[in-house]
Amino acid sequence: MLTKRIVPCLDIKDGRTVKGVNFVDLRDAGDPVVLAKQYAELGADELVFLDISATQEKRKTMRSMVLKVAEQVNIPFTVGGGISSVEDVDDLLHCGADKVSINSSAVKRPELISELSNKFGSQCVVVAIDAKKVGEEWIVHLAGGTIATDIKLFDWAIEVEERGAGELLFTSMNHDGTKAGFANEALAKLSDLVNIPIIASGGAGTKQHFADTFKLGKADAALAASVFHFGEIPIMELKEELKKQGIPVRL
Amino acid sequence: MNLKIVNYGAGNIKSIQFAFQRLGYNAVLTSDANDILKADKVIFPGVGEASSAMKKLEESGLDALIPELKQPVLGICLGMQLMCKHTEEGDTKGLGIFNTDVKRFSNQVKVPQMGWNTIKNLKSDLFKNIDEDDYMYLVHSYYAKNCNETIANSDYEIEYASALENDNFFGVQFHPEKSGKTGEQLLKNFLEL
Repeated sequence: MLTKRIVPCLDIKDGRTVKGVNFVDLRDAGDPVVLAKQYAELGADELVFLDISATQEKRKTMRSMVLKVAEQVNIPFTVGGGISSVEDVDDLLHCGADKVSINSSAVKRPELISELSNKFGSQCVVVAIDAKKVGEEWIVHLAGGTIATDIKLFDWAIEVEERGAGELLFTSMNHDGTKAGFANEALAKLSDLVNIPIIASGGAGTKQHFADTFKLGKADAALAASVFHFGEIPIMELKEELKKQGIPVRL
Repeated sequence: MNLKIVNYGAGNIKSIQFAFQRLGYNAVLTSDANDILKADKVIFPGVGEASSAMKKLEESGLDALIPELKQPVLGICLGMQLMCKHTEEGDTKGLGIFNTDVKRFSNQVKVPQMGWNTIKNLKSDLFKNIDEDDYMYLVHSYYAKNCNETIANSDYEIEYASALENDNFFGVQFHPEKSGKTGEQLLKNFLEL
């Protein structure tokens, strides 16, 4: 049976992880490669690296990080942040990334999604959507939720699927950082509207939140950062709990 | 060991090279027929769309070479699908090494299947030291129909062939290079065949 995926997300700046990580005694907790290996051994199903640096040297640094991760890590990983062209993606896939995630570049130029899925296959194209509930409407936001667009989440999700995305990574800006649970209502609606896998992101605080997003939110995978990085929720303990609640997980 | 990966421009092969490197083997990419013929073991990878991948094989003459190989050959993901008779993806005629067809999952399930699924009914030395219901990582929208060459099954919508074997030819739908320790064991088994 296909299992639900648990996905730790690592923020990367200039080739280093940004937030401290203290769930294990690591010699270098800032080294994304060391961390990635550790997560793979601790039961993570997949990893996401999000590049938040904005320097000119960015692409080169990211390439070399991706190469090192691919060399040493035996689970799949996605790379996102600042990817805006077919060449960027070609580069990252050749370095061994399994998937890439695009966000604002897809909003600015939706054809990019089709270009990528035609050239590389939809299986490696993840479209990340950040949205905020404003009144009764979920609105797509850019730049970490700071810039509102006039695009509605559910319309955009359908277009993204039609253009050939292989997966959706949905982050609720209302829930992100709150540790109060995922946006399960919006997630469930997304799952009904599109037929590609959905990664839930934003709001993880407890093990029950993960169980809820799989059951109520119908998510295929759940992404989180701090609850994993700070050891608040050990991944294997989380999976044991999910299994107890009848949710298929890889143990 | 002389280990070669068939290079026909189809997808991400870096991960496969790295996986063998972690096992202590150097897997060399090549599209040269002589190189491939002389190899002890051959990996036939593939990511992307079937009809364009098949076209690339035909352009380089590899479509005629691969079915004639006598050494162990391992097709991975799209590589395995192209070794079947026919695939619905782009209505593409395959190499006909495995006596089965490749179909698309229906919209009753999310497509692609993406993630870790169990493998069962394991029937080959390829699965030595791998247990029933161990997990492998899969990403695919098309599946090979069950047949008498099936050596592993997985369930997604229906029970399908997640691995095939015919003489010296092996095919796996999952990505052993991305499937943690279980995947590494399978690659090790292939090298020891």
